[in-house]
Amino acid sequence: MSEGFNIEIVNPERSFLIKENVSEVVVPAFEGEMGFLKDHISIISFLKPGIIKVFTGSDEESFYVEDGIVEFKDNSLSILTSHVFNIKDADKNQINSSIEDAEKELAKDEIDDQKKFLLNNKVEVLKSLKFN
Amino acid sequence: MASLDDLKKRISSVKSTQKITKAMKMVAASKLRRAQENAERGRPYSEKMNNIILNLSNSISDKENSPKLLIGSGEDKVHLCIVMTSDRGLCGGFNSNIIKKAKSYFQKILDKGKSLKIITVGSKGFDQLKRTYKDNIIEKISFKESKNINYFDADKVGKIIIDKFEKKEFDICTIFYNQFKNVITQIPQEQQIIPLKTSDTTSNSSEDNYEFEPEEDEILSNLLPKNISTQIFKAMLENSASEQGSRMSAMDNATRNAGEMVDKLTIQYNRSRQAAITKELIEIISGAESL
Repeated sequence: MSEGFNIEIVNPERSFLIKENVSEVVVPAFEGEMGFLKDHISIISFLKPGIIKVFTGSDEESFYVEDGIVEFKDNSLSILTSHVFNIKDADKNQINSSIEDAEKELAKDEIDDQKKFLLNNKVEVLKSLKFN
Repeated sequence: MASLDDLKKRISSVKSTQKITKAMKMVAASKLRRAQENAERGRPYSEKMNNIILNLSNSISDKENSPKLLIGSGEDKVHLCIVMTSDRGLCGGFNSNIIKKAKSYFQKILDKGKSLKIITVGSKGFDQLKRTYKDNIIEKISFKESKNINYFDADKVGKIIIDKFEKKEFDICTIFYNQFKNVITQIPQEQQIIPLKTSDTTSNSSEDNYEFEPEEDEILSNLLPKNISTQIFKAMLENSASEQGSRMSAMDNATRNAGEMVDKLTIQYNRSRQAAITKELIEIISGAESL
């Protein structure tokens, strides 16, 4: 038996990441960060904008996601998201423009609290990326 | 009988048509490969999405209060049909097959006395439907400018649909597209997306016990709008693969027909040339004989 579990990150265009034997994954679930270890109970939850951290042994990879659904079942973790990128390949200009877009959206009056919360979150996370 | 010169002209014109159709076939073949790859890569997402929704909807205890997108508005009066076609022609029966399927569905609805609204995605569908169903078309969408199919476009269509649903402009939504099976077979599909049909997947094991965070209905109400965009996106991917496949086989046929035509015309040309020569010979011989 292996020590870890499988992870798959899928976006509409393709399978973004398939990895076996990861030891720990931390995802930005809607109600707070959520860590997954092997033999986690089956769970479905959804994500807010944030960073997914994937630990394999001593390696660590980070991905930015905008939204999505996580499903954990039988030691395989599926993350469905419409927008994801590896933080290593992040493009500064792109980040800046998405911050601007989000701030513009925030300035509108008609958005509801939940959306506001998500957008604030997005801006915060993106800004923290920019300074790293 | 056509003169030799006319025949020559026709042969060369058919030959140049053949060159064009051959080139189009090549282009379609290379595009098809890409479209097919895209369609295959997009499948895991929509399948996973379907599974999760299935699990969720099975575990919802309070069916009556579940989101409207899942159970529908409870009525069956106004049908919205999304007809997805291509933006370009010359692809065999691709567009007409979808339209045929859609038209028979429209007829069924109208016969039952229900009202019909149509959104066309892709300009060819609009062109074909505007003659008969001009008043029913409420919107036409075309993604001519975007080079590749992307999720962003599908999301736009999805948002339009959800927006209309929330304004109670329709009760039932069906999409029409071509499912790609292989290069020569594309199957026109009708798929109901609102309310969602979950009965067709029976393989689901009911022993899955999930935890949900937050509550089921909250996840579900977040997920369902996404699912609509996902289904549209899937339909767009399937459609683009089908379009290229259909175009490829249509152009292949056209090239072959042009080849046959060139052969026939060449025979005719040779015959009439031979006839002219023979006629000249006879004239000379009979002239010589009469001396």
